[in-house]
Amino acid sequence: MSHQAISISIIGIFLVLALYLGIRASKGKKMSLEEWSVGGRGFGTAFIFLLMAGELYTVNALMGISGWAFGRGGAAFYNITMLNFIIGYWLLPKIWKYGKEHNLISQSDFFIKKYNSPVLGIFVAVVGFISMIPYLIIQLKGLGLIISEASYGAISPTAAIWIGVIAVTVYVMISGIHGSAWTAVIKDILIVVVVVFLGLYLPIHYYGGIEDMFRAVENAKPGFLGLEDKGYSTSWYVSSLILLSFGYYMWPHAFIATYSGKNARSIRKNTLMLPLYMLFTLFVLFIGTSAVLQVDGVSNNDIAIFAIVKQTFSPWVVGLLGAAGLLTAIVPGSMLLMTTASLIANNVVKALRPRTEDRAVMNLARWLVPVVAAVALIFTFNSGSAILLLMLSGYGFVSQLTPAVVTSFMKRNPLNKYGVFAGVTVGVLIVAYINLIGATMGTFFPAAPSWFQDLNVGIVALLANIVVSLIVSAATRSLSASRDSAAAESAAVKGA
Amino acid sequence: MKSKVPLYLLSLIAYLGMPLGVIWMNRIFEERHVFVLGMPLLLFWMVLWILLGVGIMLLVHRLNPDNLEEEKEATE
Repeated sequence: MSHQAISISIIGIFLVLALYLGIRASKGKKMSLEEWSVGGRGFGTAFIFLLMAGELYTVNALMGISGWAFGRGGAAFYNITMLNFIIGYWLLPKIWKYGKEHNLISQSDFFIKKYNSPVLGIFVAVVGFISMIPYLIIQLKGLGLIISEASYGAISPTAAIWIGVIAVTVYVMISGIHGSAWTAVIKDILIVVVVVFLGLYLPIHYYGGIEDMFRAVENAKPGFLGLEDKGYSTSWYVSSLILLSFGYYMWPHAFIATYSGKNARSIRKNTLMLPLYMLFTLFVLFIGTSAVLQVDGVSNNDIAIFAIVKQTFSPWVVGLLGAAGLLTAIVPGSMLLMTTASLIANNVVKALRPRTEDRAVMNLARWLVPVVAAVALIFTFNSGSAILLLMLSGYGFVSQLTPAVVTSFMKRNPLNKYGVFAGVTVGVLIVAYINLIGATMGTFFPAAPSWFQDLNVGIVALLANIVVSLIVSAATRSLSASRDSAAAESAAVKGA
Repeated sequence: MKSKVPLYLLSLIAYLGMPLGVIWMNRIFEERHVFVLGMPLLLFWMVLWILLGVGIMLLVHRLNPDNLEEEKEATE
């Protein structure tokens, strides 16, 4: 068999296996919207673990982190972190409990209930939508790149993306979140096996061991495995670690994964196990670092992992890496598709037309899956500068929801719906502006010392958001209080 | 219900240990190029704090009164 045929067959086998498991997952389940989107709130520790771990090993984890280790050295180490999980330990059980008490199935539902405002729910759905579509596009673009690399160019990125999207659309329509959970099973087994093998083999093969590899790289490029004095410096590193830990659970699909848990304890346990699982990222760093002195002249750091694997191994291994890459794209992709579709059906359409029956909402959500997939495809193939901007901004956008979620669990929430609306709007606009002009702290504060200029510029957006939320909430306190008491009065009158 | 303040403090230590130490670790690495367990110092520090962090949070989890309460609710 030719090189292409071998690796394509391996990738094909895993695609078929994923599709089979994804479709079979719905067996014996009566698919209500609750079952389809949050698994009937019955997932135990193992499945929630896989759903949340899905978020750990995305296309970005495989290609992006190895690419950073290859291109930027020490700065890539910030990916080995657990700060987000410590926040999750305390925050997620609260979100789960509130979701259970009020039968919530989306992030928007959460805001509607907490802030007593359907309009805020629609607004949050829109923020979720403009963050998730670009995230989906990143997965699809990564998928195209992976398959074309792994097939030695035999399959074009366009063809690969079409095949992947069709497979995901089919099993998401049929099985919803059950499909994501089952495909996550083979994805996680495969990715761990492949990453550990490559992460140990490559350093030993080329350098004699892991320490030998790091020393060789540091000798050839002194300072590469530390942080830079300017730019990707210590202050950038520390501020990014902290800032990025806030946004991690603010994705709409993270809320969904949380709701799918059986009890609060399984969610807590999960946040304790995920950091250990995340340690496998170490091996991705080893792979990327091993390429530093062996691979030169790649067009894009993200394909460094394929460059080193192709020059070292037979097509069998390349095919396995391709299959692992394929799954890291389609599993998160399936969660994104499902979340987006149920968000539009439930929080936009049903919110605007409250009398729509549950059965109809469920069908609508199902048929929105191919529609959302088509939208993502169109943008993937015609990504203009606007899409590129959104792709940079998704994480920053969802992070803006953090203050409103956290304060909503305080005994006296200092924020109200007006404040949240204003604050999040300001935060989102600043994030977009920052990415549009490629701003850094230095853009805003040119006279500041260099450590300050290197701070992660996302801080500006989050602080502005918090300040605006607080001020607007305080200014409208009397307004919302009098409205609420008026509503309570009229309800009391009706009751009497 | 017992106070959760000590648990919050422990969590805060688990949270801040990693980022605060980075500043010193990077300085030491720049001066002396230290490798620990095969890894450059900064990377070792990150791995160390994942393990310490999980250890501290396991302790927190053991002492967390919410777990007991939920168990009671479930059996009632």
